[in-house]
Amino acid sequence: MNLTLHVWRQAAPADRGRFARYDVADVTPDMSFLEVLDVLNQQLIARREEPIAFDHDCREGICGACGMVINGRPHGPARATTACQLHMRHFPDGAELWIEPWRARAFPVLKDLVVDRSAFDRIIQAGGFITARTGSAPEANAILVPKRDADLAMDAAACIGCGACVAACPNASAMLFVAAKASHLGLLPQGQPERLTRVVNMVAQMDAEGFGACTNHGECMAACPKEISIDFIARLNRDYLKATLVPRPPVKEFTGAA
Amino acid sequence: MKLDRLDAAHPGFHRAEAETGERVRQLLAVNGRKSVDAFHRELGGLLWDRCGMSRNAPGLQAAVEQICGLREEFWRDVYVGGKGEDLNQVLEHAGRVADFLEFAELMCHDALRREESCGCHFREEYQTPEGEAQRDDARFSYVAAWEYAGPGKPPVLHPEPLEFEAVHPAQRSYK
Repeated sequence: MNLTLHVWRQAAPADRGRFARYDVADVTPDMSFLEVLDVLNQQLIARREEPIAFDHDCREGICGACGMVINGRPHGPARATTACQLHMRHFPDGAELWIEPWRARAFPVLKDLVVDRSAFDRIIQAGGFITARTGSAPEANAILVPKRDADLAMDAAACIGCGACVAACPNASAMLFVAAKASHLGLLPQGQPERLTRVVNMVAQMDAEGFGACTNHGECMAACPKEISIDFIARLNRDYLKATLVPRPPVKEFTGAA
Repeated sequence: MKLDRLDAAHPGFHRAEAETGERVRQLLAVNGRKSVDAFHRELGGLLWDRCGMSRNAPGLQAAVEQICGLREEFWRDVYVGGKGEDLNQVLEHAGRVADFLEFAELMCHDALRREESCGCHFREEYQTPEGEAQRDDARFSYVAAWEYAGPGKPPVLHPEPLEFEAVHPAQRSYK
C-alpha cells in the first residue's frame, strides 16, 4: 500500500504548527497505524529530519497512551479501537490521511501529536480514590456486590483515560471520562463513603482545568475505544445534583495525596 | 526508619542532574550514522538467537563478545539527532538502548553461570536422557542480585540461598 499522510508538526507548545505532507510507500495491510508512523520516522531519521513525536506504550489497546485524530476522528474510523489497534486494512491503497493531536484547551500540544494530559491525573487526584483499610486483605465475601452492579462498575472501569472523548466533543468536555471514573467507584459499596464529595471535587477540578460543559452531543461515546456509555454522564449528573441541592455542613474531608 | 524530606537543593539531586546532563550530552555528541532503532533491533535479534528459551555455553560466550562489540559501536556511531532541551523521543530511546546494551551482557553472564536447566530456560548441555530440563539444585538453588562494579569490570554476584522446608523442587516429569 502507498499512503499520503498530512501530519501535524509543531516543534513546541508555543509554535504555531502546520501540516507536513509525507508519502509513505510499502505499507502492509497488517501494519498498525502506529507502525506506519514508526516506518515513516525511520525514513525521516535516515534523512536527518526530525521524527514525528507521538505517544504510545502497550500497543494492545489497554493502556490509553496513544491517541491521535485521523481524518477528523479520534483513534480513526474503526469502532471501539485505539490507534495502536487500528490496522491499515481498514484503509484503501492510495489513501490520503490527515493526522492531528487531540485538540482541547486543557490538553496543550507539547510536540507534534503529543499532548499534555496531566489534567486527567489531577481530576483523578481530586476524587478518584476510596478510603480503605490497608495492611490486611478483607474477607472476599464480607461485602456482597450484586452482579448487575459489579458488571456496570466494570463497564465504567473499562475507561483507559486516553482522552478521545475530549477530542471528539465539540465543547472539549471531559464529562465522559469523569463520569466513568466517578461511576466505577460510586457503583460499588466500597465507593460509598466519598460518593458525593467525589463527584463535587472531580467536577470542580474538571472545570478548573478548562474543559467545556456537556451538551449531550454523544460524540464522546461514538469515539470511545471502550464504548463507554453516556448513561454514566446521567449518573454523574444525578449524584452531582444530590450532592449540591442540599449542601451538607462542611467537614474536614480527605482530599487525597498532597 | 524516618527519612529526611528531600528537595532540589540536596547534593544528591545536583549529582544526579549533572550525571544525566552529561549522559545526554554524550549521546547527542556521537552524531554517527546508525539509528538507535537499528541498534535496538540488532541487540534484540542477538538475544533471541543466543539467549532465548534454548541456549548453550558457546552461544552465550559469543553473545557476550558480540554485545560488547555492539556497545562499542553504539557509543562510536549512534545517531540521535534533535536537542536535549526539548521533548526528544529518540533521545529517550537511546538512553534505554544504552541501558539494554549493558543489561543484555549481564543477562548472558548470568545464563552462562547457571549450569543447569531450570523453568523455561533450557541450557542444551543440561538435559536428562529423555530431553527434559536437568536441574542442579545442589549448586543453583539461590536468588541473586548482580552488582554493577563499574565500566569494563566484571559484575559481582550476591547470591542468597533458597531453603525449601515443606515442598521441595523436583525434576519435572509428565509421566
